[in-house]
Amino acid sequence: MDEKHIKLNVYSPTRIFFEGEAEFVEFVTTEGELGIYPNHIPLTAVVAPGVLRITEDGKVREASLLDGFVTVLPNEITILSEACEWPEEIDIHRAEEAKIRAERKLAMEQTVRDELALRRALVRMQLASKYK
Amino acid sequence: MASMRDIKRRKSSIQSTGQITKAMKLVSTVKLQKAKGKAEESKPYFTHLYETIAAIFAKSDPEVKARYIKRQEGGKKAFIVITSNRGLAGGYNANIVKMVINSGVPRDDILVYSIGRKGREGLERRGYTIRKDYSEVINSPLYSDASDISRDVMDAFESGEVSEIFVVFTIFRNSVSQVPTMLRLLPTEDPSGPQDESSGGDALMNFEPEPDETLREIIPKYVSGEIYGALIESLASENGARMQAMDNATNNAEEMIENLTVQFNRARQGSITQEITEIISGANALNE
Repeated sequence: MDEKHIKLNVYSPTRIFFEGEAEFVEFVTTEGELGIYPNHIPLTAVVAPGVLRITEDGKVREASLLDGFVTVLPNEITILSEACEWPEEIDIHRAEEAKIRAERKLAMEQTVRDELALRRALVRMQLASKYK
Repeated sequence: MASMRDIKRRKSSIQSTGQITKAMKLVSTVKLQKAKGKAEESKPYFTHLYETIAAIFAKSDPEVKARYIKRQEGGKKAFIVITSNRGLAGGYNANIVKMVINSGVPRDDILVYSIGRKGREGLERRGYTIRKDYSEVINSPLYSDASDISRDVMDAFESGEVSEIFVVFTIFRNSVSQVPTMLRLLPTEDPSGPQDESSGGDALMNFEPEPDETLREIIPKYVSGEIYGALIESLASENGARMQAMDNATNNAEEMIENLTVQFNRARQGSITQEITEIISGANALNE
């Protein structure tokens, strides 16, 4: 592997989501947005619902990344996530329903769980409509 | 000796049973392949999950992690018992029930979270408390099912209702060997191991947020991950066990049919001989 690339592995419990090399990787953590270039300092972070942006040979691929953990080593990123999808895999109707459900629940009582559900639904909807 | 008609009837009954067991064997072979593929796909996730936990444990405050690695006296024990909804799988379900009974934990201290109808029925009959039942899950386990179960069990653990969480399931070695196993999920062994063993690079790891907070986030994921893994292993084991049981049944049926065919031919020969003897003696009587 050369200096310009970093190995990226994205695993979910049911499949190997992505295995390859990238020039630049962006995602959202609980502490804010992160962009990783090769030779990053070692880091373990908790994922917040957001978009995973992989720059590979100058092209950008996007996917939804909704929870999990990221381990960054100087030349390798490993993302463990229970919920990650390519835009074409997102079920937009389900996301819309989830959004309405979460909003209704939040109107009655503010809970962290419903708030997260709402954020997940919004990320999915945004990404799915972008690639429609 | 049984009459020809009886033997014939018996033979055809065994033949149709043999056909059924043969079909069941084929079905479980296909299901086994599918379950095995699923287990392969999810392996990298679990290997890395475990590594991450080990790294976090190595970094976190002993007081925080004590909650997850120290065994406590007293309290109830949660048993997540994974069996199948259907029988005819050899000793598969009975072995799991036996494992719970011989676990050394008194019956009244066990709260059973059952997955699989056979295990629930077996334990209920022996007077165990079934706390919750998720039998509908086992036919095609999803990760979200495992998360739901994990959330219920973790709630009980966090509230202090249960002090230990076990999962009883069957490890899939290969298609002829499945091993019933009891695994303690929480408190877990300290996976960080001796400090000096880890390479120097680990010492530089930064955590965002702090290790302790990360730990609180990752433990439920670890539990649901382990439960999901156990579900998939059990599904593969169930089909492996059924395949084997049905293979034996088919072989036995074939053997019985062979014996009955010999018996049937002998009976037929006997009846012909008898008929000839009767005709000859009848003809002789006329000649005299």
